[in-house]
Formats: sequence, structure tokens, C-alpha cells
Amino acid sequence: MGSCNILVIGAGGLGCELLKNLALMGFQKIHVIDMDVIDLSNLNRQFLFRRADIGSSKAEVAAKFINSRIPGCNVVPHFKKIQDYDEDFYRQFHVVVCGLDSIVARRWMNGMLISMLQYDDDGELEQTSLIPMVDGGTEGFKGNARVILPGISACVECTLDLFPPQVTYPLCTIANTPRLPEHCIEYVKMIQWNKENPFECPIDGDDPNHINWIYEKAQERANQFNILGLSYRLVQGVVKNIIPAVASTNAVIAATCTTEVFKLATSCCLPLNNYMVFNDVDGIYTYSYEAEKKPDCIVCSNKPKTYFVDNGSIKLKQFIEDLCESKDYQMKNPGVTTSIDGKNRTLYMSLVKSIEEKTRDNLNKTFDELGLKSGSQLFIADVTNPNTIILELKYTQTSEMVTD
Amino acid sequence: MASPGPKSPEQSEKSKKYDRQLRLWGDHGQSALESCHICLINATGLGTEILKSLVLPGIGGFTIVDGKKITEEDIGANFFLDIDSIGKPRAQVSTQLLLELNPEVKGDYVDEPIEQLLQNNPNFFKNFTVVVAASLPERMLIALSDLLWEADIPFIATRSYGLIGSARLQIKEHTIIETHPDTQNPDLRLDQPFPVLVKHLEDVDLTKMDLKDHTHVPYVVPLYQALQEWKSSHNGDLPKNYKEKEEFRNLLRKGIKMNEDGVQEYEENFEEALKAVNFAIAPTVVPNNVKEILNDYNCINLTSKSKPFWIMAKAVRDFVDNEGEGLLPLRGSLPDMTADSQRYIALQQVYLQEAARCSEIVHRRVRQLLHQLGQPVDAISEADTKLFCKHASSLGVVRGRKISDEYDTKLINTSLLAQGVENSESLIIYYVMFRGIDRFYAEYNHYPGEFGDEHDIVKLKGSIAKLLSEWGCGPLAKDDYIHEIYRYGGAELHSVSAFLGGCVAHEVIKLVTGQYKPVNNTFIYDAITTNTETIDITNLHGIF
Repeated sequence: MGSCNILVIGAGGLGCELLKNLALMGFQKIHVIDMDVIDLSNLNRQFLFRRADIGSSKAEVAAKFINSRIPGCNVVPHFKKIQDYDEDFYRQFHVVVCGLDSIVARRWMNGMLISMLQYDDDGELEQTSLIPMVDGGTEGFKGNARVILPGISACVECTLDLFPPQVTYPLCTIANTPRLPEHCIEYVKMIQWNKENPFECPIDGDDPNHINWIYEKAQERANQFNILGLSYRLVQGVVKNIIPAVASTNAVIAATCTTEVFKLATSCCLPLNNYMVFNDVDGIYTYSYEAEKKPDCIVCSNKPKTYFVDNGSIKLKQFIEDLCESKDYQMKNPGVTTSIDGKNRTLYMSLVKSIEEKTRDNLNKTFDELGLKSGSQLFIADVTNPNTIILELKYTQTSEMVTD
Repeated sequence: MASPGPKSPEQSEKSKKYDRQLRLWGDHGQSALESCHICLINATGLGTEILKSLVLPGIGGFTIVDGKKITEEDIGANFFLDIDSIGKPRAQVSTQLLLELNPEVKGDYVDEPIEQLLQNNPNFFKNFTVVVAASLPERMLIALSDLLWEADIPFIATRSYGLIGSARLQIKEHTIIETHPDTQNPDLRLDQPFPVLVKHLEDVDLTKMDLKDHTHVPYVVPLYQALQEWKSSHNGDLPKNYKEKEEFRNLLRKGIKMNEDGVQEYEENFEEALKAVNFAIAPTVVPNNVKEILNDYNCINLTSKSKPFWIMAKAVRDFVDNEGEGLLPLRGSLPDMTADSQRYIALQQVYLQEAARCSEIVHRRVRQLLHQLGQPVDAISEADTKLFCKHASSLGVVRGRKISDEYDTKLINTSLLAQGVENSESLIIYYVMFRGIDRFYAEYNHYPGEFGDEHDIVKLKGSIAKLLSEWGCGPLAKDDYIHEIYRYGGAELHSVSAFLGGCVAHEVIKLVTGQYKPVNNTFIYDAITTNTETIDITNLHGIF
């Protein structure tokens, strides 16, 4: 265990617990990555931080604390985003443990570990290229922990539907028929802010002036419609999309993850296969089961994924919307390129302003107009994955039927 | 919008620090937490993990009782002891390091062995809100169990042993107003509407509306109106089975507007009404578990010492028998549904005002009861009664059993033990192992395998065989578990302690805040298979 090199992703509620647990279990080589700085609201559970640490790097303060409390343990901090590193960095670890609140970061890390897998000439997985990922998540009194053996067991993308869909309100409700205080807050956030632009910048949920302004405007709107129940706490919660968190649930989930790292490192017993849910609202409930690997998972199946569509009359815009909304993809801002007659062509990319402007017109073009055919390959880049995903188009209606 | 906007409330430092948990148990839960005082016996790795998850969210205070001096082994399993502290009192150092976590929490310690304190000053333990003990040997466990049961102070005995752990809650009676159920059907009363609701729902004439208005009527309206039609042709009965519900849905569908071509429009409110048939038109009843509470001895036989919970329960009981006409006070919340603002808010007001009316009646009864009982009439505030009425359909009462009962063969559930020993899926086997370990420890004064002596295996087998025969159970089928326990040698694995620490801390929070349902009564954790099980090994049950 002294030689086992562990990477902890996130030095927040789960991360602090993970570092303490791993160090006390005898792991001595630990790296931790976190891009965040310490906030007052962290102190109810992130026990390696003190009031004087507010504003400092979570990774750095956490590493320093563990190294001073536990002799012989060497935690190396990285005050970075996971996307700042490539596979040369990630290759040095034996196990990766994630304690993240971001689904995108989890998916990115999962994609990274799967892209690092190597296969021999017979298509057999080279065991040395496999880095297990242990992942924990909490929300209030609920939590889950899982063990992913990339390429072997279900990965994050195989089970995307386990993530609860984000609560969204229809725009027409927000604009015309608000009923809940949340509708009023969303109205100020999505419409009134842009119209009045009170601070001449986008909303910063950590700026109390911004929250105050939204609270006051939302309260005005709530009064106008006689809507009850608006509070400052609710405004903060909606604007910052706050997930409730307590020390106890973090302790339980991080402990479960640590036990699994210990099992993987020592082979003392079989690791969790492969998913555990926890809930201690009514008694203490846990359930362990085997999440299934998706045979055509876009990330871990090693097979090109086919994208079925009636025919080439679908607009690029609709296709991109589907990638974002379908529960199989849940992408954020996919960029689409293709290869036509051996030449690469960017069809749309939102993240680079100049390319976005150049490709914007393509959004309203159909696949036919863009020169795509059944069998064409589309390369999709998105923040949820460090690698490009290949989708092969397949038109389900024959051309005769199209001309009918 | 002529009037200036309301001023933002100033947020206190404390509410910022505790923001993420206040969203769960609220300011009232937090203030209960801040006024509690927890006693921890034995600052082991598990013990300090429990306190860590209590100090962070801000309990009022804690006291650690531990007479041991710190060893190197302690430091390896306990984050709240440091390398420089070897030889110092374990209670003192862990108290200091735990206090660093939260300046708002007070902490002190007693550097004295528990057996001594139990003997010389048993009243000491009566000062606490909850007492938690980690790895307490059997003799002291039984003595403390009896003492705290008599004093009516909740007690949790927990242990972390190799890859296995357990926590045993001993609570005489615990009452819960806010159980926070994960899912709950809305309390709409469509089968037994109150007069104001009837008027409100019948005043709407759906046939005279244009499409825009028609699609913006809350689904409760068409659902209610269709239900009236159904009842009039079915002797006043509700749709009962699947077939009738399907027929009722068809009736409901007839209300959907047609376009010029005679095709039905898409109306979201009607879609919602169709879905609501599954949960919104069931008969409104007092749930069985609440009925049991209202019929509880403590509810019916109030005394001058009755707790507010039972006084409010009695007031609700009387309400149900009188003004409520068999129903609980209305919850008063309306789920969100497609509707225009004005119609939704108007309907919401109907429910809110009726709920307020119910809770006023209940509160009048509460005051009468307080008066009759000779308690101060302001002992229960109107807000208390309101909260109670709001949660009347999901109240909880837990009646536990004394730990020392498990040492009486007449009071222990031997058939459950026998089943557990035979069933390889059940974790009851670990309860048997723990009892065997305790028996072993009482006899030999060390844990099996602690010093690597293989004779311990046979001795442990003997201890367990004796226990099983006392319980009238057959012998163990295999020795696997014995060998596993021997291998642990009594050692504490930190990640197992951390898991249990989180669980036990939250059980303490449940007991202190009176929110969420605690475990009743023995929780077992198996880190090998990542499974847990909750059992009650005594032979009479008390949860409802």
C-alpha cells in the first residue's frame, strides 16, 4: 500500500473525508486535484478547513493538513481543473477516486480513463492499462458509491439515466403564468437580469449584491401574483443550484469509497460489484446491485455508435438538441464535425466564437443540404468527454420512401 | 410596481456557515441541535468519527469519557489524535482536536475509566441529551443500558470490528412530527371535499371557456367535476379497480376540447388530471400508523407530565372524532400544476385557509387540554400546533427495547437468531459473532486473535457454541465466520469506523431534532459485501 499511487478528485465534502480515510488506511502516495477555493458554507462538513483558510485553495490546504497530521503520508495538491491534465499525468495512478458534485467532471474523468485502455492484437484488454475508478456522490441524506473497472464493468455513461434530470421550468410558465416562488426567481434570472443588466455583467451567485437584487425583484414579482413562500435562502438555492449537504452522509459515502480502494489495492476481498445506494432518512437503508454495462455505450463499448434518423431532412439544430436532451447523450454544447470526400469539415461549434459565427448558418440546414448521407460519420466533441465521439448516421427510411 | 422592492434580509455568519444543512432540517432543527449535549464514551476511531459529524454541524456541546492513555496503535486509527500525543490522556487530546473543528461547540472530558465513573457517580450520565458508547465491554454495557433506560435518556452502543460494525439504539419512546417521507400523495380531499372547496370547484364552468382559459384551469377542477359525474352514476362510489379507473379516465377525456375538425386538442392540465387518477382520487383516510398513534395509551391517557407531542396528538384525535368528521386536519399544500397564476393561487388559498381553520380548532383543543392538565397554556404555541397538523398524516413514534433485555433468554427472539444462523444472506450471524466476542472477552480479557494465539479460535468457537445452546439454537454449520473474526484480532479498520461514524452521528441528529425516523433498533454493517441490515432481536416489536 505504501507504493500504491492514488488520485483523489475533489477536495470538498467527500474529498476531505477521502484524504483522511486513505491516509489512515495506510496509503502514503496520494494526489488531490481541486480547482475551488474555500468558502464559509464549506465549513459545516469540510473538516480540514478553518475560518482563516477561506479563499485559499482547497487542494493545498487539505494536503497540508493531512501531511502534518499523519506522518509518512505525502499528499500532493493540484490547484487545477481535471481538464488541465492529459493522460500522461493520469497514467501514473493505480486507482482514481472521485468525490465530485459535477456530473460533467465525472463523465470527463470516466472518458479519460476509458480512452487510456489499450488492447492487444487479439483485441484483449491489456490489464496494465486499466485504472479502476471509485466514484461517490451525495445529496442531503442520500448517496451512492460505485466501482468502475473501465472497459469491464458499467461506466458512468452506461448509467447516465441514474442522474436525476435537472429541474427546469417551461419558459412560458416563467414568463406568463408563475405559480411558485421558483418561477419568480427564474424569471428574474433568465429574463429580467438580461433586460435590466443591473451590474453590467452575468450573474455571479457568490456576489451578495447580485443575490440581493434578484431577491428583491423576485419578491416584487411574487407580490404582484400573490405567490407565497419566497425566501432569501430559496433565491440563493435556485440561483446557485445549491445541493444540500451534511457531514454524516459525506462520511458514509467517502468511507464506502475508501473501503473499495482498500479492497482493490490489497485484494483482501472482492470489490463492490458495482453500485451501492444509501439513504438514512427513514432508518438506514442501503442497496447494492450490479449496474449493467451498456453493449453500445458511446464511451466504453469500443464500437462506433449508430445514430438512427428517418432520413436526411433533419436539421442540424434538431440533431444538436437531441444530443443535449436525449437521456442517452445528455451533452452540454456539442461541436459537430464530419469528413466529406476525405476532407474534415466543421458543421457547428459553439465554444469558439469565430467558428460559431462561421458555422451558425448550418444550424438551419438539413443533413441533405450539408451533404451528409446514411453511413456518414459525425465526430462529436463535448465537455462531457475528453475525446471525440463518433456517430455513424443511419437513415431508417429508404430513399424510395423519402421521394414518396 | 410602484412600491420600492423589499430590502434583502441580512444573512448571519452562522446561517451562511450552516446553509447546506439548514436546507434539510431548518432553523428549528438547528436550534434543537445547538441546545443538545452529547456524551461519548471511549474516544476510539469510531467514537471521534461520530463526534466529528456532530461537532461540524454544530451541536451545543459534548463530553468525552475515556480513561485510556494514547498508544501508537490508537494514532493509526484515529484522526483526532496526533503523533506527539502518545502517552497523554485520550479524552483530553481528542477533545482538543475535535474542538478545533467548530468554535461554536463546547467540549470537555473526563479522564477516568468508565467502570469507575459508573460506580462512583452514576448520576453523571443523566446530564446528557444522548449517550453514545463505542466498544463498550458487556458488563458496562448492561449496567449503562439499565441506568439510561430508567433515566429515559437515549443510548447508542456501537462498535467497529475488522470489516464488520454495528450500532444499537436504545430509546424508550421517540416521537417524530417531521418524518420527511420521500414521497407523499397530495391531500386534495376530492372524495370528501370541504364546503369552501365544493363551492370553489363547482363555480367553474368549463363549458363556457375558450381554449386558452380551458387549458389553464388547474387539473383539480376537471378531475373533481368528472368525479361528481361518476359518483352520481355509481351510487356515490369512487372508481375502485383498474377497470373502473380506466372508465373514469375515458369520462375525464370527454371534457377535453375539440378543434374545428372534431379532433381533441392537447391540453396539459387534462393530461395531468389523467395521471392524477392514480393518486388523487383514492379515499381520504387516516393512515393506519397514524391511527395507532391516535389510539396509543399515551395519547388517550394524558397526564400532567404528558409531552407536547401527545397533547397535540390527543387534540388531533378529538378533532378527527368531531369537527374533522373522521378525517385528519387538512395538510394545506397544493402541488404545482399547469394553470394560470390567478386560478392556481386562488385554489391554493382555498386549501391554505381550510388548513388554517383546522389547525385553529386543534389549537383551541390543545389549550383546553393544557388547562385541564395543569400545564401552562402557552406550553404549546400556535406554530407548534400548525406544524403538527401539517404533518399529521406522517407522524412517527418509535418505541425501543432495552439492550439488557437481550441478555435474558426469555426476552430475546431465539427463533430469529436461529433463522439468522442458518440463512447465509442475513447479517444476523454477525450479531451472534459480536455476542460471542463479548462472551470471549469477558472470560479471557482480550479479543480473539488480538495476540495471534491460534488457541483463540477454539475458545471463540466454544463461547459461541455456549451462547447458541443457551438460546436453543443449533450449532454453526461452518467455521468461516469464526476464522474471519479471529483474523480481525479486535482491530478497528478506519474506513469501517468512518462509515459507522457517519451513520451513528445522523441517528443522534434524528434523536435530537425529532426529525426523520431513527433505526429500530440494531443496525449491522458488513463492509465485505457492502450490505447493511436492521434487526430487532428482542421478541416484541414497538415500531409503527
